[in-house]
Amino acid sequence: MADPIVKATACVLVHAPSFVRYGSKPTREIAGGGEPVLASIEAHLRSFDQAVAYPPNQVFIGNLHPDRLNDIDPPWTDHPIEGASPSGPFGEIVSERTFIGLLKAADEFDLVWLDTETAPGFLEAVEGSPFQNRTDLEKRILPGIAIERILEKIATQGSLPLYHAGRIIGCIHRHHDQDESLTAPILLENLMTKASGALALQHLLTHADGTAEDIDFVLSCSEEAVGDRYNRGGGSIAKAIGEMCGCIHATGCDIKAFCVGPVYAILHAASLIKAGVFKRVAVVGGGCLAKLGMKFKGHVAHNLPILEDVLGAIAFLVTEDDGETPIIRLDSIGRHTIGSGSSQQQIMEALVLNPLDRIGKKVTDIDRYATELHNPEVTVPSGSGNVPLNNYRMIAALAVLRKEIDRSGIDAFVASRGMPGFAPTQGHIPAAVPFLGHAIGDIKAGKIENAMFLAKGSLFLGRMSQLSDGLSFLLEKNPRAR
Amino acid sequence: MDFRGKRVVIFGERDGVPAPAIAACLTAAGAEVIYSVTECFV
Repeated sequence: MADPIVKATACVLVHAPSFVRYGSKPTREIAGGGEPVLASIEAHLRSFDQAVAYPPNQVFIGNLHPDRLNDIDPPWTDHPIEGASPSGPFGEIVSERTFIGLLKAADEFDLVWLDTETAPGFLEAVEGSPFQNRTDLEKRILPGIAIERILEKIATQGSLPLYHAGRIIGCIHRHHDQDESLTAPILLENLMTKASGALALQHLLTHADGTAEDIDFVLSCSEEAVGDRYNRGGGSIAKAIGEMCGCIHATGCDIKAFCVGPVYAILHAASLIKAGVFKRVAVVGGGCLAKLGMKFKGHVAHNLPILEDVLGAIAFLVTEDDGETPIIRLDSIGRHTIGSGSSQQQIMEALVLNPLDRIGKKVTDIDRYATELHNPEVTVPSGSGNVPLNNYRMIAALAVLRKEIDRSGIDAFVASRGMPGFAPTQGHIPAAVPFLGHAIGDIKAGKIENAMFLAKGSLFLGRMSQLSDGLSFLLEKNPRAR
Repeated sequence: MDFRGKRVVIFGERDGVPAPAIAACLTAAGAEVIYSVTECFV
């Protein structure tokens, strides 16, 4: 059987400024610094229109090619895209108002209460959502709950207030008084992953031929840890997301591998297709609440808006070869083995050089490299460096060591085969794959022949191993395409 | 710098130099690693 293809892609963003306070870093800083920290955060939040017009966000949903960022002087915050649309070929940027409605649509356990005054507005915002018909949405959202009951739950029952436009508009409850895995903050994290992941999957289904019922298997590469006290992280949010999107004939499970999760999930999907086990596999990654505002101190210190005010969510449909769409070469998988070592050079040799050697290609035979595509405007102000640029320079250095390019050609290599980072720092979301939609378009248009996708994972963060991780694959022009 | 007999605390960085690589260098240089961790800043 021919190698599988990525038939469709979806990349969506959820503008969630009122949830920045619940990111891990802001939560800890507010706990330590109180009102002044919260006030400083709120003073640096962006409007929805500002988030939509922000050039990297336009790249993420496919309205701009990543190369266009090279033409825009930094800081990109100073150069909003005029007339920018929240809709793009890969997905959309949804407002917080819509997303709060989606949270309720995703809520199977009446965890979220919305107050009677604002509930109709959230219903209106989410109306037209493909997830449920108006009658079902009305039943969930209306008439809402009296604000006095919501405030009492917050004061006495461990419920977490939900904010929008500067006021409390509801709350989310815990679901057990002694279970750390079912506290309100954890359930909010999980529910936001589910709702944003479902949004991405729904966009994927609208881009793809076929219906939700045609999906055989759903793989989630999200970074949440759904479960209760006996099985923290047990999952499976993949089926919860598939259920929300009406994938009634699909089964599914979760793939966990830190930031390299999406690449592993695509590898699993492609392998299952190639083995003939399934015909249409959806890979989906919902957004990560914990990472909202992760670098806010750097942004505030440089008087930038807090750029980590969006959840990212991704979805990919992996199917059998259609004779047109670029293929995932399954003989090109680059793997960071347990014995590979953890230095950057060792990791890049494992992910780039070893697979290229195996298939008889040189570093310079690859037209485009997609590494982890963290937006540098998010990371540089906080001292975390320009992640994609550093990775590109390492790949270029390997090409120098192999005498494929001269040392003086490093900058040109980086400029022509790399790209500026444009993805929100949501861990798994920047893992190279936001370039998939662009790459498929570029290959189909004859601009490039192939693109390599590589991402790394930080296994050491869980304190069970000192290991790093990584995986790569090559996307290549379909040999049957005219 | 002479690391012989020195005790060192290592903070590695995922996209820079990870802790095990630093530890290998400093151990070879005669230092005693008393704490070593790699962090991820993205």
